[in-house]
Amino acid sequence: MLTLLTLLPVLGALVVLVAGKNLARATAFVFSFAALALTLVLWFHFDRGSGALQFVETRPWIQLTQLNVDYHVGVDGLGLLMLLLSAIVVPIGMAASSQIQQRVPLYYALILLFQACLFGTFIAQNFFLFFLFWELSLIPAFFLIKLWGGPRATRAATQFLVYTMVGSVAMLLSFLAIFLTTHTFDFAQLAALAQNNQLMPLVLGNLAGHRFTPHHIALLLFAGAFLGFAVKVPLFPFHTWLPAAYSEAPTGITILLTGAMSKMGVYGFLRILLPIFYPQMQQVLTPLLWLAAATIVFSAYAALAQKDLKRIFAYSSINHLGYCLLAIFAVVKFTGADAGLTAEKSAALNGVFLQMFNHGLTAATLFWFVALLEKRSGGLRGLNDFGGLRKVAPVFTGLMGIAIFSSLGLPGLNGFIGEFLIFKGTFPLTCWATSLAVLGLLATALFFLTVLQRVFSGPLNPKWATFPDLTTGERLTLIPAIALMFALGLCPQLVLGVVNNTVIQMVQHLRF
Amino acid sequence: MLAWTIYISFLGAAAMFLLPKGSTAVARILALLTAAAGFAIALSAFVHHRTGEMLTVTDATWIPSLGIRYHLAADGISLSLILLTGIIAITGILFSWNIEDRTKEFFAFYLLLIGAVYGVFLSYDLFLLFVFYEIVIIPKYFLIAIWGSTRREYGAMKLAIYSFVGSAMVLVGLIAAYVVAGSHTMSLGGLAGYPFSPHFQMLAFPLVFVGFAILAGLWPFHTWAPTGHVAAPTAASMLLAGVVMKLGAYGCLRVAMTLFPLGLAPWSHHILGLGSWRDVFALLAVVGIIYGALVALVQKDFKFVIGYSSVSHMGFILLGLMTLNQIGLSGAVVQMFSHGILAGLLFAVVGRMVYARTHTRELSALGPMGLNHTIPFAAVTFVIAGMASMGLPGFSGFVAELMIVIGAWHAFPALALCVGFGILIGVVYVWRAMQKAFFSESRSAALPPGHPLPPITIPEKLGAIILIATSVLIGIYPQVLLNIIVPALNGPLFSGIRTGSWQ
Repeated sequence: MLTLLTLLPVLGALVVLVAGKNLARATAFVFSFAALALTLVLWFHFDRGSGALQFVETRPWIQLTQLNVDYHVGVDGLGLLMLLLSAIVVPIGMAASSQIQQRVPLYYALILLFQACLFGTFIAQNFFLFFLFWELSLIPAFFLIKLWGGPRATRAATQFLVYTMVGSVAMLLSFLAIFLTTHTFDFAQLAALAQNNQLMPLVLGNLAGHRFTPHHIALLLFAGAFLGFAVKVPLFPFHTWLPAAYSEAPTGITILLTGAMSKMGVYGFLRILLPIFYPQMQQVLTPLLWLAAATIVFSAYAALAQKDLKRIFAYSSINHLGYCLLAIFAVVKFTGADAGLTAEKSAALNGVFLQMFNHGLTAATLFWFVALLEKRSGGLRGLNDFGGLRKVAPVFTGLMGIAIFSSLGLPGLNGFIGEFLIFKGTFPLTCWATSLAVLGLLATALFFLTVLQRVFSGPLNPKWATFPDLTTGERLTLIPAIALMFALGLCPQLVLGVVNNTVIQMVQHLRF
Repeated sequence: MLAWTIYISFLGAAAMFLLPKGSTAVARILALLTAAAGFAIALSAFVHHRTGEMLTVTDATWIPSLGIRYHLAADGISLSLILLTGIIAITGILFSWNIEDRTKEFFAFYLLLIGAVYGVFLSYDLFLLFVFYEIVIIPKYFLIAIWGSTRREYGAMKLAIYSFVGSAMVLVGLIAAYVVAGSHTMSLGGLAGYPFSPHFQMLAFPLVFVGFAILAGLWPFHTWAPTGHVAAPTAASMLLAGVVMKLGAYGCLRVAMTLFPLGLAPWSHHILGLGSWRDVFALLAVVGIIYGALVALVQKDFKFVIGYSSVSHMGFILLGLMTLNQIGLSGAVVQMFSHGILAGLLFAVVGRMVYARTHTRELSALGPMGLNHTIPFAAVTFVIAGMASMGLPGFSGFVAELMIVIGAWHAFPALALCVGFGILIGVVYVWRAMQKAFFSESRSAALPPGHPLPPITIPEKLGAIILIATSVLIGIYPQVLLNIIVPALNGPLFSGIRTGSWQ
């Protein structure tokens, strides 16, 4: 079933290439909706009472005495949530790509390939398979940015690729070093070893005789894996590729990058670093918390200084994912199975899951609105290029306002619950870092309100006197996204019900 | 049946001369059919191969007084490489569809080369192996000298001289082994079973190993490779890099290492930190990996980038051989297959798709042509081939290099780290060449207007698709090859390597 889900977009990509220029967009939509439907089938067949992996498929793949890798896929609540998010974000990205005119079939084929890589990353249960999809996803992303992006797209795409590649190679080396002694790439087995405190002694036993202390080698291995994911999220100071890539990419692609690809990084933290490397994370917890706090605060203030709407939302993406990382780091703080703290940790992790989904949905919608603005203004998207649009385009203003308020965390909309749970969970765990992060919250509110004010209020810029409001078609496509924001804001149980048991299991695994 | 891969190629070559003058189209189709027949035989043998056996194809007395037999046999390793030869032979012909000058002779030499390569991979008698090994040199010289480009006489001569020096070393080593073993057999199994004295092995091993490794592009004896590859016409570069270099690597594994396993044993003392021939060759292999990659990084000629990348990738094979553990050795064989496919593909893009249209290989001149707009198929093919070549997961190169690095990590941890560095440079030079050749920003009016490049033809597309599909198949399911390679490595022929007490 999961294999089928991953292969579906690949098949779609081939069909789109064959379909030709006129049918490409329609065909791509058909396949992305088919993928969404399949994901929903999984969603409703998922056993919510269990936090274990489901829909598991295991087959022997490479069998050698020293390299034994299985084809092992499956999803728990976290994986399923990410599958659903990817399946939702991809059609949004396609919808926001209507102005693409060049090499249309290739464009949609690459998007579908990208989707297949996303699916593959989220269902892989061993590092070999995970890395395969993780690396392959770079190729469509690179070319989507480069070939259809803005004037400085090549530079941005190359920067994106180099950063990610360096992270990936570091990650690969760490996992190879671990593999050489444990002879397994399987996430569950590695996590079990780590939980029994056997992983690092085993690895270090093999590396003995080198000049480093065991302590340092363990940290080095962690650093390699950490770098791979930190670049992808991104975490300050590895974020510098992001504003350029997000603003140069065509907006449809920015939606995919922020809505789905950035989640690959956070997912890596949750699926790989947290279960396997938590002793090392604990050792360097204070610097990690500083980094998370810096990510939150700096990106929010950086967003305040931007004049380009895409850059503003790019920095706000960094900001929002910073909260996820803050919570993930905070969770490893205390040892022991203290019941009270378990509740806090569960709250924080539940918050992380919600925040990932919410941010994906909200950021995708926000960039979609940017795409609509660009389409109407002929490519302009500066903060000061507009003004008073609310008079000529009230529906546009209203719906984008909802998305913006959702992003800044207004109660009743989806953004609020995630951030609330994260703050509720992390505050007792690390008081100071959470307090610092609140500074970011303030700046977030400031820049989002600035956007609302500059673009939609004030005197109407005469240039836009004939600014068309949303067409019926656009309204119809936007309303499901906005409705989902309300639904999740009012009834977060929709998501929490699915992930809660996964969270409980993750927290239990963090016993020391 | 498998022996017919050789005969059919030779027959095809002979038939070329019977064709009437000027029948180029018939010559092409005849060549393609011959190669396809060879491939079909190879594939059916590959599919029907029972794992682990050394399948005797033909065994007849040849020169009874010397104990030399006409003995052809195949195990999993030779079958993998025979299959590779079949694939490269077909695609090479598809990429030579545009040869108009002396077409019949071109394909005659081409098929002669293919037949001899099949012969080397199938020979079980070492005298026979040597005969085929020598036959290979002649058509390859003429293919370059007649149909080549840039400094073709120089490239052809250099390649021939290096090959002859290598063969001479191999011949001396083999004759010495033959005489020491009592002058009654040249069979691989017979000589491998003979207990040569450790002292003799210590001397004979480097001689024969280097003799073969010259053809495999061992640093510092690699310099024939880039010049030869660049000078050769596309199909010949594909064969040279794809298959002929593998002959060298195959000889290292099949002859040098099985005959003289004790030559890999540690010396009684260390020289410059190196304790055995094994350390020496592993170090040279790693130097080759990094040096080849660094030189590829600064080339101005597109084809030289690919030429030096071959040196770098062949270094992985030699390193894999020197690990002496199962994963490293089988990784080396998979890399032989994988590099054959990928080098073939890269040379096809550069030589046929780009050079035959633009008549320049200077990266700086290709950039302004905006090739990703004019011949997008070539751009896409190069991107895929480049990704596979830099070792991206999902393609054959990743599996092979991963296995070799794991093997190297067990055998030489410090060298494994250097290899990681080499892989990184590999990413950079492929990326640089791709950007400069296909995606350059400086698209000026350098392309003369009204002079559009001819579109990519069907044979080219077909050839590219075959090679890409093969690479992806091995990348996603390497077990196809490993199923027959690993049992072959566990066979009696390699017992000397496996049981060495120095591991």
